[in-house]
Amino acid sequence: MNRVRAQGWAFWIGIALALLLMLMPLPALIQPLKPYWPALVLIYWSLEATDRVSVGLAFGVGLAADLLNGALLGDQALRLAVLVFIVLRFRSRLRFFPMWQQALAVWLLLLNNHVLQALIRAFAGDAPMPALSWLAPAVGAAVWPFVFLLLDDVNTRLRGKGAKAT
Amino acid sequence: MALPQKESTPIFSDATAGTLRLIAYLALAAVLMVLDHRNGWLHRARYATAAAIVPIYKIAAAPADWVHQAGTAFAQRSKLIDENRQLREALLLAEARLNRMHAVTRQNARLKQLLDTQQLLGMHAQLARLIDVQLGPTRDRVMLNVGADEGVHVGQTVIDSHGVMGQIIETLPHASVAMLVIDPDHAVPVTIARTGLRGIAHGTGDTAQLVVPNLPLSSDVKVGDQLVTSGLGGRFPAGFPVGTVAQLKRDASGMFMEALAKPAAELERSGEVLLLRDQPDPIGPPAPAPEVGPPASLAPTARARSQGQPAEPAGAVR
Repeated sequence: MNRVRAQGWAFWIGIALALLLMLMPLPALIQPLKPYWPALVLIYWSLEATDRVSVGLAFGVGLAADLLNGALLGDQALRLAVLVFIVLRFRSRLRFFPMWQQALAVWLLLLNNHVLQALIRAFAGDAPMPALSWLAPAVGAAVWPFVFLLLDDVNTRLRGKGAKAT
Repeated sequence: MALPQKESTPIFSDATAGTLRLIAYLALAAVLMVLDHRNGWLHRARYATAAAIVPIYKIAAAPADWVHQAGTAFAQRSKLIDENRQLREALLLAEARLNRMHAVTRQNARLKQLLDTQQLLGMHAQLARLIDVQLGPTRDRVMLNVGADEGVHVGQTVIDSHGVMGQIIETLPHASVAMLVIDPDHAVPVTIARTGLRGIAHGTGDTAQLVVPNLPLSSDVKVGDQLVTSGLGGRFPAGFPVGTVAQLKRDASGMFMEALAKPAAELERSGEVLLLRDQPDPIGPPAPAPEVGPPASLAPTARARSQGQPAEPAGAVR
């Protein structure tokens, strides 16, 4: 049980860090390029720990992100739910992709997410997103390998430690 | 009903259940978005949770703050020097502008005072500006920017808003020279405003000092008494402030008292002055007293005594 608890801590800390990173202000020039960190973290955990991540949890995280971000309530909830749903559906395949293919898949997922965001904004009557922000999914795909390796490293360490402890 | 498979309910197949769940969540999200869009719920929710959210924002913004601070700390020196120089230049410019504004403001105030003086006096006066100052131990003269062509003539009184400055001693076509009251060659008949005691104020060559000599030891003079022009002698109109008694002492002989006075006019400061147009009543020195008594031929020695003037000759002693 220690292992599960440790993993739970890692999971929630990862989510919290992702939300903080999402809020973190960047210089105006690269602000639109900021990758969508909560999505990356959720993708990792839905690939690695399917018992932990569900569409409902993604929805909840999205609601929290909306609340923090001050955007339309339900916007990120919807997008993350869709994202996690797709990842869970194709989990078995995605998991065994080589890294570059995985990164490509992440790019497609984030692009889809971005299209959804653009649609929601259009429906809500908000100003369209800056053109530069369409590069954000590519940036997200570019950092995906590092996110994956980092989280995987933490995960395996915890697992190893937990295994020793139990 | 099929048998339970794994952990999920068997109503639908696993995939179908997932899809349905997704659709339910999507619908929920859509409802939320619409409600939020219509009612501004999010704002209220954020308002309610602000206490918790604000620290989160601060935490999120902290790295950016650190980066900014580090950037300031390690900013290139040349850039800072450049910025410093630019700021200093801007400061100089602003200061210069400010000083100019101050000068203009002061000039305005002075002109207003002069105008007031002129109106108060009900006299015709001519505004003139100092164009040259020759202050020194022997010559205390100023040059004004108006001259004979503007109607200036020798003998006109020069005043500023505080008192008598001097008189015109020389006119040029477009300039004139005025002798200040502090010129050692200058004298102005005065009375002490409080008591009416007459005297003559001489210049000393010191911008801060006039001297009124030959006052009787018993006379009622105090430090702080106002000296005003007496109008005697016909050069200066009566009633203009000349100075304030600053010090009283016995003169060298010990028989008389002399009063040292501070000129009323701001001799070192005035930039604009007034030339009085109206001359005082041309009384001049009083006519010699009519001879009374025995014919002069009978008393040849008394004649010299009876011709003494009641007042000393006034005006410029040149």
